Amino acid sequence: MADGEEPEKKRRRLEELLADGMAVDGGCGDSADWEGRWNHVKKFLERSGPFTHPDFEPGTQALDFLLSTCKVLVIGAGGLGCELLKNLALSGFRQIHVIDMDTIDVSNLNRQFLFRPKDVGRPKAEVAAEFLNSRIPNCAVVPYFKKIQDMDESFYRQFHIIVCGLDSIIARRWINGMLMSFLHYEDGVLDPSSIIPLIDGGTEGFKGNVRVIIPGMTACVECTLALYPPQVNFPMCTIASMPRLPEHCIEYVRILQWPKEQPFGEGTALDGDDPEHIQWIYQKSLERASQFNIKGVTYRLTQGVVKRIIPAVASTNAVIAAVCATEVFKIATSAYVPLNNYLVFNDVDGLYTYSFEAERKENCPACSQLPQNIEISPSAKLQEILDYLTNNASLQMKSPAITATMYGGNKTLYLQTVASIEERTRPNLSKTLKELGLVDGQELAVADVTTPQTMLFKLHFTT
Amino acid sequence: MFQEKEVCACIWCKVGENEMSGKLLFGKLWGDHGQEALESAHVCVINATATGTEILKNLVLPGIGAFTIVDGNRVSGEDVGNNPEKLLDNDPSFFNRFNLVVATQLPESTLLRLAEVLWNSNTPLLICRTYGLVGYMRVVIKEHTVVESHPDNMLEDLRLDKPFPELTEHVQDYDLEHMDKKDHSHTPWIVIVAKYLTKWFNEKSEQLPKSYKEKEAFKELIRQGILKNENGTPEDEENFEEAIKNVNTALNRTEVPRGIEELFNDDCCLKLTEQSSSFWILVRALKEFVANEGQGSLPVRGTIPDMIADSSKFIKLQNVYREKAKKDIAAVGSHAAKLLQSLGKAPESISERELKLFCSNAAFLRLVRCRSLAEEHSPNSCSKDAIISHMDNPDSEIVLYLMLRAVNRFYKQHGRYPGVYNYQVEDDIGKLKSCLTGFLQEHGLSVVVKDDYVHEFCRYGAAEPHAVAAFMGGAAAQEVIKVITGQFVIFNNTFIYSGMSQTSATFLL
Repeated sequence: MADGEEPEKKRRRLEELLADGMAVDGGCGDSADWEGRWNHVKKFLERSGPFTHPDFEPGTQALDFLLSTCKVLVIGAGGLGCELLKNLALSGFRQIHVIDMDTIDVSNLNRQFLFRPKDVGRPKAEVAAEFLNSRIPNCAVVPYFKKIQDMDESFYRQFHIIVCGLDSIIARRWINGMLMSFLHYEDGVLDPSSIIPLIDGGTEGFKGNVRVIIPGMTACVECTLALYPPQVNFPMCTIASMPRLPEHCIEYVRILQWPKEQPFGEGTALDGDDPEHIQWIYQKSLERASQFNIKGVTYRLTQGVVKRIIPAVASTNAVIAAVCATEVFKIATSAYVPLNNYLVFNDVDGLYTYSFEAERKENCPACSQLPQNIEISPSAKLQEILDYLTNNASLQMKSPAITATMYGGNKTLYLQTVASIEERTRPNLSKTLKELGLVDGQELAVADVTTPQTMLFKLHFTT
Repeated sequence: MFQEKEVCACIWCKVGENEMSGKLLFGKLWGDHGQEALESAHVCVINATATGTEILKNLVLPGIGAFTIVDGNRVSGEDVGNNPEKLLDNDPSFFNRFNLVVATQLPESTLLRLAEVLWNSNTPLLICRTYGLVGYMRVVIKEHTVVESHPDNMLEDLRLDKPFPELTEHVQDYDLEHMDKKDHSHTPWIVIVAKYLTKWFNEKSEQLPKSYKEKEAFKELIRQGILKNENGTPEDEENFEEAIKNVNTALNRTEVPRGIEELFNDDCCLKLTEQSSSFWILVRALKEFVANEGQGSLPVRGTIPDMIADSSKFIKLQNVYREKAKKDIAAVGSHAAKLLQSLGKAPESISERELKLFCSNAAFLRLVRCRSLAEEHSPNSCSKDAIISHMDNPDSEIVLYLMLRAVNRFYKQHGRYPGVYNYQVEDDIGKLKSCLTGFLQEHGLSVVVKDDYVHEFCRYGAAEPHAVAAFMGGAAAQEVIKVITGQFVIFNNTFIYSGMSQTSATFLL
């Protein structure tokens, strides 16, 4: 009974327990659903109740839908993704697709429980799918080892519901934009069949949140961009000449010294998993720190800063993924009214949840169907428009590319992501809009990583 | 009896062969010492249905030392000794070896027996249950002390309102009027505020700026100090802007928080004995420090936030606070040593590390004492008033707690839970309602529970849906980790989650 010191022994003991449990439930020999397998789910789908969704009708059709028709996409197979996949599979969902561009790292193993040490280096989506498909009878998880941006419209359109466990705001905005682009209006009325609900979960340490986004109806990710504060990095001048904290010293070595000294060969990138690299950074950081009398540089801190390790804990992921899965279930079956529409969770001091309705933004660039206007003087420089696109709290673009339709063709005014074009178009930034030949009412097309669709802005010249 | 077993495909793996990983990954959350506590803990989980296995998974992943599963539901031809009821009958001391017992999906009668045994042996108990879309947790610990509560919004301990001599001396060394531009722009904002405070006392008022108006006037005073160029326009001095921004919080009164005063007046502090824990001995030492060397204040914390400054000025200022903190820690330590001696305990029983940790967290110490399960369940001592008051809102989560109590009563009377089979649902609604009424009457709870809730709980048929079990698995595991590491603060004492409304609440029952 009592188990103990060896991790391997512990794991095997648990697997024994589970195997026994499944045998008791009766016949896992073939892949048929055994008697009572979905009892817990059936109670919610075959019985009427006082709190069900107004559209809910008890019967067998909802379970059939779950088991044979409903297609769900899980974006991310990391901490949240693993939990989501398990929860959905155990709630009756069968056609689950999962997309993740990452491979497994040893630091993932403490919470991404579908992965084992032997899987390090393999794509997360594939390992997750294999694991669940081999453990859960009839489960058919389909993996994609890809970036979400690699998939096109037709891929996303096939799903009934999409649920995200992402660690990037850019990615969230991208998928949000994709789903918003599906919305179809007929005479100003939204066609419900063009809506694909998006359930989004996020965690950091002991905090987490879940939001239910019904495109065209509830607030979307862009509507509430202000809820995501911009990431703060250390200012360069502090790092370069005025360090005060051990972290400043480590960042100095990482950002400035490594590229300058190329200690492991020309063009060799810093690899956070290579202990030799970390050791080098650590030694140099100590030197820098001693120059300024700064204490506190340790190997551990060095590793943490270089790898940007954000503390993550299994329990928070479990809670948030559970809320997400419950919402997916509600939406797929109409069993209950879904969360409307944002929940925050924090268990630093006791346990705390708070749900509220995030409001739609009237002129949201992603979901409002309204054109985006820019009021600006014709003698303003193009740089000002660039600054506006990146700094404005509602836009927060990363490296927007600006083009205008002029003289019967598309003119690229400025593009950063290709070095040669950046060089060519850079002089435009210091030219005025008038000089560039732009007129009042001109439409600018802006492309950026934060949105799959090009965004249109209309210029309104002020005098 | 037909038993519904969840298909528990919860699989987990231990953090690899790399020993460092646990400490590296959790160092930021609960430190090496917290990780060590976790890795040497032994937890008992009763019942391994979805709820129990989810809790286990969330404990094994961060590195719990050992676990023991007691599962009365396994029909695998083993001895029936592995059954909570039998253990309570034959060998209740079995549970003494654990740091904590997690009891999931147990009937009320078994829970009450278990809770009594554990209360008497001072073993922490966490009760966790998934019932339909409702999750329930109850923590039963006589006394749980927390040194590292890691509060979310921690105010800095800068002592600008009551500067200690070393700080005053350090600030005096600065001559803002006669500094070159570079030094002026890289003077730490703490020094700036301190300097201007002196000016304020000389020119405006003997009192600290308190009201909004006064603080604005003080900010303006600082703003006047920003260097100007030849044309009279102010230079860009970020450190001065920082000073102005921080005025609102930097001048807060340094005082002993009420919670800490309560600790000072607690019997456990006033009446130390040989059995006293190091926590209480340190609280007493802290109290004596505050009355003496501290002159009414807690030991200086010794940390300052990062701020615009050149390295040398920042480090020097940081060291002023660090050195003062060291002095204060030594003073607390000397009080502690005397107390240990008077109690006949070895001076090493409180380590230097423990002392430091305690002093730097002196303002954030927390104490949780839970009522026993027996107290909660006895009609004489149940929390009547609290429940009645919460039921002012008939849809408060407390109604879910009342329904769970009713369902327990149903189980006691009928040997099963309501609505497990479709054909039972309709009749069970009436039966459950009488159980509810009986329970409410017996406990003097003059509240009205909507029939909808009775219907809903029959509908649940004691189901354990995975997503709800997963929520509770995460919630419960983290509370276990809090108890074992002694960090962060546990809830007290009843937590209810509603998957239907996606809301939760904590009640003191």
